[in-house]
Amino acid sequence: MMGSLAVIWAIGRKDLLLEIRNKDVVVAVAGFALLVLVIFTFAIDLNQGNAKLVGPGVLWAGIAFAGVTGLNRAFALEVEGGTLEALMLAPISRDLIYLGKALGNFLFIAVAQIIVIPVFAVLFNLVVFRWEMLAISLLTTVGFSAVGTLFAAMSVKVRAREVMLPLLFLPVVTPLLMAAVESTGHMVNGRSWSDMAQWLQLAVAFDVAFVVVSAFIFQHILED
Amino acid sequence: MVSQAPQLAVKAEALVKNFGETAVLRGLDIELPTGEVTVLLGANGAGKSTLLRVLSMLTQIDSGSISMFGADIAKNGPATRALTGSVLHSPMLYADMTVRENLMFFAEMYRLQNIAERVAETTAQVGIEPRLDHRVRTLSHGFQKRVALARSLMHNPELLLLDEPESGLDNLSVARLGRIIDDYRSSGRTVIMTTHIVEHALELADRAIVLNYGKVGLNSAFPSRDKDEILAAYSSTVTAQ
Amino acid sequence: MNKVLDLLDPLLILSAALMGVALYLIFIWVPTETNQGAVQRILYFHVPIAWGSMLGIFVVSGSSFMYLWKKNERWDRLAVASAEVGVVFGGMMLLSGMIWARPVWAVWWTGEAKLTTALILFFIYVAYLMFRAYFPPGAQRQRLAAIIGVIGAIDTPIIYFAANLWSQAHPPIITGPGADADSTLGSDLGTVLLVSTLAFTFLFIFMVQTRYKIRKSEDDLVELKRSSSASVMTGAS
Repeated sequence: MMGSLAVIWAIGRKDLLLEIRNKDVVVAVAGFALLVLVIFTFAIDLNQGNAKLVGPGVLWAGIAFAGVTGLNRAFALEVEGGTLEALMLAPISRDLIYLGKALGNFLFIAVAQIIVIPVFAVLFNLVVFRWEMLAISLLTTVGFSAVGTLFAAMSVKVRAREVMLPLLFLPVVTPLLMAAVESTGHMVNGRSWSDMAQWLQLAVAFDVAFVVVSAFIFQHILED
Repeated sequence: MVSQAPQLAVKAEALVKNFGETAVLRGLDIELPTGEVTVLLGANGAGKSTLLRVLSMLTQIDSGSISMFGADIAKNGPATRALTGSVLHSPMLYADMTVRENLMFFAEMYRLQNIAERVAETTAQVGIEPRLDHRVRTLSHGFQKRVALARSLMHNPELLLLDEPESGLDNLSVARLGRIIDDYRSSGRTVIMTTHIVEHALELADRAIVLNYGKVGLNSAFPSRDKDEILAAYSSTVTAQ
Repeated sequence: MNKVLDLLDPLLILSAALMGVALYLIFIWVPTETNQGAVQRILYFHVPIAWGSMLGIFVVSGSSFMYLWKKNERWDRLAVASAEVGVVFGGMMLLSGMIWARPVWAVWWTGEAKLTTALILFFIYVAYLMFRAYFPPGAQRQRLAAIIGVIGAIDTPIIYFAANLWSQAHPPIITGPGADADSTLGSDLGTVLLVSTLAFTFLFIFMVQTRYKIRKSEDDLVELKRSSSASVMTGAS
């Protein structure tokens, strides 16, 4: 058990080390999401309470779209040098590879959000530095990386994988996206935890279901 | 020598692998005893690399069965992989990590205990110590290949799978590789390799198998004696293309 | 000869006959619903088609699961056949639903839970088919497609639950005539729906069966090409 956790952590830490050297993924995700936010500040008149109405949707749509590009990039990096196959040669079960890669992706998207959410607060003039935001963000990021890692691994051999990944990823994560948008909406309107409880429960259910199923199913994906 | 039948390192039966309309393995059977160096020969597309990928568990067969050291690999994935070390076409290293970082990382993947020691031993074996702290991106292909070889030796595998290991290596490194293979044989371990230096390989190997379009065309346990026959079978698979 | 499209297939004849009966019932026999008017007759098509698309999703998920478990090609063929037919039914369901909703609810589309769920599922199974089209052939493609089928099935209840919560928070705007009124048809409605649903169910099964046979022929052809190129290669040596 401890051995498995060490392997998962080693893969995640390795991804982080490469990311610190290359800045391939986080910069892409954060940059893309920030651009979405900025474009929406022009597209929508943010003066009359509109920010509270559309802000949460813009934020999470931006992170979802940006996240897809990041997930694509992150897995492509592992495949281009053939290193995914090197991991497959190791005497570890495939679910550990999945969990390690998902951990790496979780860290990338989380770090990108640390950049994006404060900018969102400034541009949309909303209060977001609250525990609710942290909970929503964590739950959403877990689900995004669980589903995204699975589909990114599946899409690597597809021609036009840049198109394929969002087509698979976005419909499947819609419930999670709804949960994130609605909870954030409750939060910026100053409502309490109990108002968003159902949505947060939904997000937890989504996360648990997809982490477990993906880890279980991953053994069918890698070998050609 | 005891007269009991030696344990088989690899026993593969009726292996079939198709990629769409291309049949790569067409009911291939092989039995390789432990302690032998086997060289696989055949034209491009004969199935050599696919066979090595199947034995390394990177490619799933469509049908057939494989056991290594008596265990079905489909049911004992991680345990079997712990017994094999592979060097395939690409070096499969993280380009933006140093040689040492790569080896340390993979040592963790192999769950080795005395990581620093093993890294030092294997890097000395393949002669890559001078550039341990260079990033892989800056190294030549041949050097990267040696790093990959070091990785495959780190966990002291019982079975070494080498796909054209000499490609990109200088003469000194080829000689080192020859010593490693001899060392494997003399310690009772098993090597399966493909090669493009056929004549040299036939002197080195205990067994030569010529693959002809996804099946065993010829299996000789005396490669140095059957040299002419093997070369004839090999060149006929090449001209058939 | 194993004909792929058999016009004398009992399923096709049965479906055509029932379809004729259904048309008679829908356009001549059943009285016009007084609240919604003639447009209500669309429902006699819409509901059976929606049922067909649900059936499609159900079969894709089930046979995808079976393929992952048994690795038998037949489950894969069944999955792809019902995915294709299911997506066609799904598209028709969305269209017929919108045509009905515009006069009755006064909107083409709304955030109602069943609509949202149907739309998202439609996208998932379109992605399933695109994935199959884009991925290089081989057993890996079948495994991965089966995984998408299973993921879609797992996601379905979550999507429906989320869409439900969503539509409670944002009540769908449906204002048209008869949006809330009960049907004035009584048991006649049920009779027509039953016949029409049977007709479409048999059509669905017939289409899946035909697609399955085409798929089988395609697989046989690939097999033939493999073995013929094999005999060329080995014959020359």
